[in-house]
Amino acid sequence: MSKPLNRLDRRAVVARLLKDRGEAIVVTGLGSPTYDVAAVGDHDRNVYLWGAMGGCAVMALGIALARPDTPVIAVTGDGEMLMGIGSFATIAMQAPKNLTVVVLDNGLYGETGGQASHSVVADLAAIAGASGIADARAIDAMGDVETLAARATALGNGPCVAVVRIEQAELERVLPTRDGHAVRARVRQSLGLSID
Amino acid sequence: MNALHPQALHASPAGWPGDIFSALKAARVRQVAYVPDGGHAELIRAVHADPAMVAIPLTTEEEGVALVSGAWLGGDRACLLMQSSGVGNCINMLSLVRNMGGPFLTFVTMRGEWGEFNPWQVPMGTGTPDAFRLMGVHVLRADRPEEVGPATAAGIRMAYEGGSAVAVLLAQQLIGAKVFVK
Repeated sequence: MSKPLNRLDRRAVVARLLKDRGEAIVVTGLGSPTYDVAAVGDHDRNVYLWGAMGGCAVMALGIALARPDTPVIAVTGDGEMLMGIGSFATIAMQAPKNLTVVVLDNGLYGETGGQASHSVVADLAAIAGASGIADARAIDAMGDVETLAARATALGNGPCVAVVRIEQAELERVLPTRDGHAVRARVRQSLGLSID
Repeated sequence: MNALHPQALHASPAGWPGDIFSALKAARVRQVAYVPDGGHAELIRAVHADPAMVAIPLTTEEEGVALVSGAWLGGDRACLLMQSSGVGNCINMLSLVRNMGGPFLTFVTMRGEWGEFNPWQVPMGTGTPDAFRLMGVHVLRADRPEEVGPATAAGIRMAYEGGSAVAVLLAQQLIGAKVFVK
Protein backbone atom coordinates (compact mmCIF):
# COMPACT_ATOMS: atom_id res chain seq x y z
CA MET A 1 0.00 0.00 0.00
CA SER A 2 1.69 3.22 -1.11
CA LYS A 3 1.16 6.28 0.97
CA PRO A 4 -0.98 9.04 -0.57
CA LEU A 5 0.60 12.46 -0.83
CA ASN A 6 -2.24 14.94 -1.26
CA ARG A 7 -3.51 16.57 1.93
CA LEU A 8 -7.16 17.50 2.44
CA ASP A 9 -8.83 20.23 4.51
CA ARG A 10 -9.83 18.45 7.74
CA ARG A 11 -12.95 20.54 8.29
CA ALA A 12 -14.14 19.89 4.74
CA VAL A 13 -13.51 16.16 5.19
CA VAL A 14 -15.49 15.94 8.43
CA ALA A 15 -18.28 18.17 7.12
CA ARG A 16 -18.70 15.94 4.07
CA LEU A 17 -18.46 12.79 6.17
CA LEU A 18 -21.29 13.89 8.45
CA LYS A 19 -23.45 15.80 5.96
CA ASP A 20 -26.03 13.02 5.67
CA ARG A 21 -25.27 11.21 8.91
CA GLY A 22 -28.83 10.05 9.55
CA GLU A 23 -29.01 7.94 12.70
CA ALA A 24 -25.25 7.62 13.09
CA ILE A 25 -23.55 7.97 16.46
CA VAL A 26 -20.20 9.80 16.30
CA VAL A 27 -17.39 9.40 18.85
CA THR A 28 -14.60 11.98 18.64
CA GLY A 29 -10.97 11.58 19.65
CA LEU A 30 -9.56 14.25 21.93
CA GLY A 31 -8.04 17.40 20.43
CA SER A 32 -8.66 18.56 16.89
CA PRO A 33 -11.06 15.77 15.81
CA THR A 34 -13.38 16.80 18.65
CA TYR A 35 -13.23 20.41 17.39
CA ASP A 36 -13.72 19.30 13.77
CA VAL A 37 -16.91 17.40 14.60
CA ALA A 38 -18.15 20.29 16.76
CA ALA A 39 -17.50 22.67 13.84
CA VAL A 40 -20.03 20.75 11.75
CA GLY A 41 -22.63 21.50 14.42
CA ASP A 42 -23.66 20.08 17.76
CA HIS A 43 -25.71 16.88 17.67
CA ASP A 44 -27.50 14.69 20.22
CA ARG A 45 -25.53 11.69 19.01
CA ASN A 46 -22.07 13.23 19.27
CA VAL A 47 -19.85 11.75 21.97
CA TYR A 48 -17.07 14.25 22.54
CA LEU A 49 -13.94 12.93 24.20
CA TRP A 50 -11.60 15.44 25.82
CA GLY A 51 -9.29 12.79 27.24
CA ALA A 52 -9.14 8.98 27.52
CA MET A 53 -6.47 9.03 24.81
CA GLY A 54 -6.39 5.77 22.88
CA GLY A 55 -10.00 4.92 23.75
CA CYS A 56 -11.98 6.48 20.90
CA ALA A 57 -12.19 3.56 18.46
CA VAL A 58 -12.76 0.89 21.07
CA MET A 59 -15.40 2.98 22.84
CA ALA A 60 -17.13 3.22 19.47
CA LEU A 61 -16.86 -0.58 19.25
CA GLY A 62 -18.76 -0.93 22.53
CA ILE A 63 -21.55 1.26 21.14
CA ALA A 64 -21.54 -0.59 17.81
CA LEU A 65 -21.90 -3.99 19.48
CA ALA A 66 -24.77 -2.65 21.59
CA ARG A 67 -26.58 -1.10 18.58
CA PRO A 68 -25.85 -3.38 15.62
CA ASP A 69 -28.38 -1.63 13.38
CA THR A 70 -27.06 1.89 14.00
CA PRO A 71 -23.99 3.19 12.16
CA VAL A 72 -21.23 4.24 14.55
CA ILE A 73 -18.38 6.46 13.39
CA ALA A 74 -15.19 7.12 15.35
CA VAL A 75 -13.46 10.30 14.18
CA THR A 76 -9.99 10.55 15.62
CA GLY A 77 -6.44 11.62 14.90
CA ASP A 78 -3.25 9.75 14.12
CA GLY A 79 -1.74 10.34 17.57
CA GLU A 80 -4.85 9.16 19.42
CA MET A 81 -5.13 6.10 17.18
CA LEU A 82 -1.47 5.22 17.72
CA MET A 83 -2.07 5.11 21.48
CA GLY A 84 -4.86 2.57 20.95
CA ILE A 85 -3.38 0.80 17.94
CA GLY A 86 -4.29 -2.63 19.32
CA SER A 87 -7.95 -1.63 18.96
CA PHE A 88 -7.69 -2.45 15.26
CA ALA A 89 -7.21 -6.12 16.13
CA THR A 90 -9.87 -6.00 18.85
CA ILE A 91 -12.34 -4.53 16.34
CA ALA A 92 -11.34 -7.08 13.69
CA MET A 93 -12.06 -9.95 16.11
CA GLN A 94 -15.63 -8.66 16.58
CA ALA A 95 -16.15 -7.67 12.92
CA PRO A 96 -19.08 -5.27 13.47
CA LYS A 97 -20.79 -4.23 10.23
CA ASN A 98 -21.80 -0.85 11.62
CA LEU A 99 -18.45 0.60 12.69
CA THR A 100 -16.22 2.96 10.74
CA VAL A 101 -13.03 4.43 12.20
CA VAL A 102 -11.89 7.60 10.44
CA VAL A 103 -8.33 8.60 11.29
CA LEU A 104 -7.49 12.20 10.37
CA ASP A 105 -3.77 11.87 9.74
CA ASN A 106 -1.70 15.04 9.65
CA GLY A 107 1.45 13.31 10.85
CA LEU A 108 1.82 15.42 13.96
CA TYR A 109 0.61 16.09 17.48
CA GLY A 110 -1.15 19.39 16.80
CA GLU A 111 -2.45 19.94 20.31
CA THR A 112 0.96 19.87 21.95
CA GLY A 113 3.24 21.86 19.68
CA GLY A 114 3.28 20.05 16.36
CA GLN A 115 5.75 17.30 17.19
CA ALA A 116 6.02 14.64 14.48
CA SER A 117 3.83 11.61 15.06
CA HIS A 118 4.85 8.07 14.20
CA SER A 119 2.58 8.13 11.17
CA VAL A 120 5.47 9.87 9.44
CA VAL A 121 6.98 6.39 9.19
CA ALA A 122 4.10 4.09 10.19
CA ASP A 123 1.32 3.45 7.66
CA LEU A 124 -1.86 3.34 9.75
CA ALA A 125 -4.08 1.99 6.95
CA ALA A 126 -1.62 -0.82 6.35
CA ILE A 127 -1.50 -1.55 10.09
CA ALA A 128 -5.30 -1.71 10.17
CA GLY A 129 -5.30 -4.07 7.20
CA ALA A 130 -2.62 -6.25 8.74
CA SER A 131 -4.63 -6.29 11.98
CA GLY A 132 -7.52 -7.98 10.19
CA ILE A 133 -9.63 -5.03 9.01
CA ALA A 134 -10.51 -6.14 5.48
CA ASP A 135 -11.79 -2.69 4.48
CA ALA A 136 -8.84 -0.44 5.33
CA ARG A 137 -8.55 2.64 3.12
CA ALA A 138 -5.98 5.36 2.64
CA ILE A 139 -7.68 8.49 1.35
CA ASP A 140 -6.25 11.66 -0.16
CA ALA A 141 -9.08 12.85 -2.43
CA MET A 142 -12.49 14.32 -1.65
CA GLY A 143 -14.12 11.91 -4.08
CA ASP A 144 -13.03 9.07 -1.81
CA VAL A 145 -14.45 10.95 1.19
CA GLU A 146 -17.83 10.91 -0.59
CA THR A 147 -17.61 7.13 -0.94
CA LEU A 148 -16.50 6.82 2.66
CA ALA A 149 -19.43 8.91 3.88
CA ALA A 150 -21.85 6.57 2.14
CA ARG A 151 -20.15 3.57 3.77
CA ALA A 152 -19.88 5.12 7.23
CA THR A 153 -23.54 6.13 7.47
CA ALA A 154 -24.83 2.70 6.43
CA LEU A 155 -24.12 -0.93 7.33
CA GLY A 156 -21.30 -2.67 5.48
CA ASN A 157 -19.90 -6.17 5.35
CA GLY A 158 -17.56 -5.55 8.26
CA PRO A 159 -15.71 -2.75 10.00
CA CYS A 160 -14.03 -0.04 7.95
CA VAL A 161 -10.92 1.96 8.80
CA ALA A 162 -10.19 5.02 6.68
CA VAL A 163 -6.98 6.97 7.13
CA VAL A 164 -7.47 10.40 5.60
CA ARG A 165 -4.40 12.47 4.90
CA ILE A 166 -5.10 16.03 6.02
CA GLU A 167 -3.33 19.38 6.05
CA GLN A 168 -1.13 20.25 9.00
CA ALA A 169 -2.47 23.74 9.67
CA GLU A 170 -3.93 24.32 13.13
CA LEU A 171 -7.44 25.71 12.74
CA GLU A 172 -9.60 27.80 15.01
CA ARG A 173 -10.83 25.65 17.88
CA VAL A 174 -14.55 24.99 18.07
CA LEU A 175 -15.13 23.81 21.62
CA PRO A 176 -18.12 21.57 22.39
CA THR A 177 -19.26 20.81 25.93
CA ARG A 178 -16.73 19.16 28.22
CA ASP A 179 -19.50 17.78 30.42
CA GLY A 180 -19.36 14.04 29.79
CA HIS A 181 -22.36 13.39 32.02
CA ALA A 182 -24.48 15.69 29.87
CA VAL A 183 -23.23 14.00 26.72
CA ARG A 184 -24.03 10.59 28.19
CA ALA A 185 -27.57 11.63 29.11
CA ARG A 186 -28.20 13.17 25.71
CA VAL A 187 -26.91 10.24 23.67
CA ARG A 188 -28.86 7.70 25.71
CA GLN A 189 -32.03 9.76 25.48
CA SER A 190 -31.66 10.00 21.73
CA LEU A 191 -31.55 6.19 21.66
CA GLY A 192 -34.70 5.90 23.75
CA LEU A 193 -32.79 4.78 26.86
CA SER A 194 -32.97 6.07 30.42
CA ILE A 195 -30.39 8.77 31.13
CA ASP A 196 -28.78 6.78 33.95
CA MET B 1 -20.13 -20.66 20.91
CA ASN B 2 -17.42 -19.03 18.88
CA ALA B 3 -15.25 -20.17 16.01
CA LEU B 4 -12.39 -18.21 17.50
CA HIS B 5 -12.66 -20.15 20.72
CA PRO B 6 -13.52 -23.80 19.93
CA GLN B 7 -12.87 -25.14 23.41
CA ALA B 8 -15.91 -23.13 24.49
CA LEU B 9 -17.98 -26.15 23.49
CA HIS B 10 -16.85 -27.87 26.66
CA ALA B 11 -17.69 -25.02 29.01
CA SER B 12 -19.28 -26.01 32.29
CA PRO B 13 -18.80 -23.26 34.86
CA ALA B 14 -18.84 -24.51 38.41
CA GLY B 15 -17.74 -23.26 41.81
CA TRP B 16 -17.06 -19.56 42.23
CA PRO B 17 -16.51 -18.84 38.50
CA GLY B 18 -19.95 -20.34 38.00
CA ASP B 19 -21.33 -18.03 40.67
CA ILE B 20 -20.01 -15.00 38.77
CA PHE B 21 -21.28 -16.35 35.47
CA SER B 22 -24.81 -17.04 36.67
CA ALA B 23 -24.99 -13.63 38.36
CA LEU B 24 -23.90 -11.90 35.16
CA LYS B 25 -26.50 -13.91 33.25
CA ALA B 26 -29.24 -13.03 35.70
CA ALA B 27 -28.27 -9.35 35.46
CA ARG B 28 -28.47 -9.55 31.63
CA VAL B 29 -24.87 -8.52 31.15
CA ARG B 30 -24.21 -8.81 27.42
CA GLN B 31 -20.69 -7.57 26.62
CA VAL B 32 -17.87 -9.22 28.54
CA ALA B 33 -14.42 -7.85 27.69
CA TYR B 34 -11.29 -9.53 28.92
CA VAL B 35 -7.56 -9.86 28.89
CA PRO B 36 -7.04 -13.54 29.64
CA ASP B 37 -6.02 -14.82 33.02
CA GLY B 38 -5.78 -18.38 34.25
CA GLY B 39 -8.08 -17.55 37.14
CA HIS B 40 -10.74 -16.32 34.72
CA ALA B 41 -10.33 -19.11 32.16
CA GLU B 42 -13.45 -21.00 33.13
CA LEU B 43 -15.59 -17.86 33.15
CA ILE B 44 -14.17 -16.75 29.79
CA ARG B 45 -15.01 -20.14 28.26
CA ALA B 46 -18.55 -19.90 29.60
CA VAL B 47 -19.02 -16.40 28.16
CA HIS B 48 -17.80 -17.53 24.74
CA ALA B 49 -20.21 -20.46 24.88
CA ASP B 50 -23.25 -18.33 25.73
CA PRO B 51 -25.24 -17.06 22.73
CA ALA B 52 -26.69 -14.19 24.78
CA MET B 53 -23.23 -12.81 25.58
CA VAL B 54 -20.52 -11.23 23.48
CA ALA B 55 -16.98 -12.15 24.53
CA ILE B 56 -14.49 -9.45 23.61
CA PRO B 57 -10.78 -10.26 23.87
CA LEU B 58 -8.69 -7.10 24.28
CA THR B 59 -5.07 -6.32 23.51
CA THR B 60 -4.75 -4.24 26.69
CA GLU B 61 -7.00 -3.74 29.69
CA GLU B 62 -7.51 -0.03 29.12
CA GLU B 63 -9.41 -0.88 25.93
CA GLY B 64 -11.92 -2.59 28.18
CA VAL B 65 -12.58 0.54 30.21
CA ALA B 66 -13.47 2.50 27.06
CA LEU B 67 -15.44 -0.40 25.62
CA VAL B 68 -17.54 -0.89 28.74
CA SER B 69 -18.38 2.83 28.76
CA GLY B 70 -19.38 2.69 25.10
CA ALA B 71 -21.47 -0.43 25.61
CA TRP B 72 -23.51 1.29 28.26
CA LEU B 73 -23.98 4.42 26.14
CA GLY B 74 -25.51 2.09 23.57
CA GLY B 75 -27.73 0.35 26.10
CA ASP B 76 -25.76 -2.81 26.93
CA ARG B 77 -24.59 -3.90 30.32
CA ALA B 78 -20.92 -4.81 30.15
CA CYS B 79 -18.04 -5.81 32.40
CA LEU B 80 -14.29 -6.29 32.25
CA LEU B 81 -12.32 -9.35 33.36
CA MET B 82 -8.60 -8.95 34.02
CA GLN B 83 -5.80 -9.80 36.41
CA SER B 84 -4.21 -7.39 38.86
CA SER B 85 -1.27 -6.59 36.59
CA GLY B 86 -3.72 -5.08 34.12
CA VAL B 87 -5.21 -2.64 36.59
CA GLY B 88 -2.27 -0.30 36.25
CA ASN B 89 -2.88 -0.14 32.52
CA CYS B 90 -6.36 1.28 33.14
CA ILE B 91 -5.53 4.33 35.22
CA ASN B 92 -5.91 7.22 32.78
CA MET B 93 -8.76 5.53 30.90
CA LEU B 94 -10.75 5.49 34.14
CA SER B 95 -11.03 9.27 33.73
CA LEU B 96 -13.59 8.39 31.07
CA VAL B 97 -15.70 6.61 33.68
CA ARG B 98 -15.30 9.52 36.08
CA ASN B 99 -16.29 12.09 33.48
CA MET B 100 -19.20 10.29 31.84
CA GLY B 101 -20.51 8.37 34.81
CA GLY B 102 -22.51 5.23 34.31
CA PRO B 103 -21.82 1.73 35.56
CA PHE B 104 -18.35 0.26 35.51
CA LEU B 105 -17.84 -3.26 36.80
CA THR B 106 -14.65 -5.29 36.70
CA PHE B 107 -13.63 -8.64 38.16
CA VAL B 108 -9.93 -8.82 38.97
CA THR B 109 -8.10 -12.03 39.71
CA MET B 110 -5.27 -11.16 42.09
CA ARG B 111 -1.69 -12.16 41.49
CA GLY B 112 1.30 -11.14 43.52
CA GLU B 113 -0.35 -11.03 46.91
CA TRP B 114 -0.23 -14.53 48.44
CA GLY B 115 2.59 -17.02 47.96
CA GLU B 116 3.56 -15.47 44.64
CA PHE B 117 6.70 -16.95 43.12
CA ASN B 118 7.04 -14.29 40.43
CA PRO B 119 8.18 -10.98 41.94
CA TRP B 120 7.18 -9.10 38.77
CA GLN B 121 3.55 -9.65 39.77
CA VAL B 122 3.98 -8.27 43.27
CA PRO B 123 4.04 -4.49 42.61
CA MET B 124 0.54 -4.48 41.08
CA GLY B 125 -0.57 -7.18 43.50
CA THR B 126 0.28 -4.76 46.28
CA GLY B 127 -0.95 -1.64 44.49
CA THR B 128 -4.21 -2.79 42.90
CA PRO B 129 -6.68 -1.71 45.63
CA ASP B 130 -5.01 1.69 46.00
CA ALA B 131 -4.84 2.18 42.24
CA PHE B 132 -8.59 1.70 41.98
CA ARG B 133 -9.27 3.94 44.94
CA LEU B 134 -7.07 6.69 43.53
CA MET B 135 -9.29 6.74 40.47
CA GLY B 136 -12.55 6.62 42.40
CA VAL B 137 -13.44 2.98 41.82
CA HIS B 138 -15.12 1.28 44.78
CA VAL B 139 -13.33 -1.92 45.79
CA LEU B 140 -15.03 -5.12 46.94
CA ARG B 141 -13.08 -8.26 47.76
CA ALA B 142 -13.66 -11.99 48.06
CA ASP B 143 -11.07 -14.10 49.87
CA ARG B 144 -12.96 -17.39 50.09
CA PRO B 145 -15.11 -19.23 47.53
CA GLU B 146 -18.31 -18.63 49.47
CA GLU B 147 -17.65 -14.87 49.43
CA VAL B 148 -17.56 -14.60 45.64
CA GLY B 149 -21.29 -14.85 45.08
CA PRO B 150 -22.23 -12.15 47.61
CA ALA B 151 -19.43 -9.82 46.44
CA THR B 152 -20.56 -10.30 42.85
CA ALA B 153 -24.17 -9.56 43.77
CA ALA B 154 -23.10 -6.43 45.66
CA GLY B 155 -20.96 -5.24 42.74
CA ILE B 156 -23.72 -5.86 40.21
CA ARG B 157 -26.19 -3.96 42.31
CA MET B 158 -23.90 -0.97 42.87
CA ALA B 159 -22.87 -0.79 39.22
CA TYR B 160 -26.00 -1.52 37.23
CA GLU B 161 -28.61 -0.25 39.65
CA GLY B 162 -26.59 2.51 41.28
CA GLY B 163 -24.41 3.59 38.36
CA SER B 164 -21.21 3.27 40.38
CA ALA B 165 -17.74 2.19 39.35
CA VAL B 166 -16.90 -1.04 41.16
CA ALA B 167 -14.04 -3.54 41.16
CA VAL B 168 -14.46 -7.01 42.66
CA LEU B 169 -11.06 -8.38 43.66
CA LEU B 170 -10.77 -12.16 43.67
CA ALA B 171 -8.04 -13.13 46.12
CA GLN B 172 -5.07 -15.20 45.05
CA GLN B 173 -6.04 -17.83 47.62
CA LEU B 174 -9.09 -18.57 45.46
CA ILE B 175 -6.92 -19.42 42.51
CA GLY B 176 -3.75 -20.64 44.15
CA ALA B 177 -0.24 -19.43 43.42
CA LYS B 178 0.92 -20.42 39.96
CA VAL B 179 3.51 -23.20 40.12
CA PHE B 180 6.66 -22.72 38.08
CA VAL B 181 8.76 -25.81 37.40
CA LYS B 182 12.38 -25.42 36.39
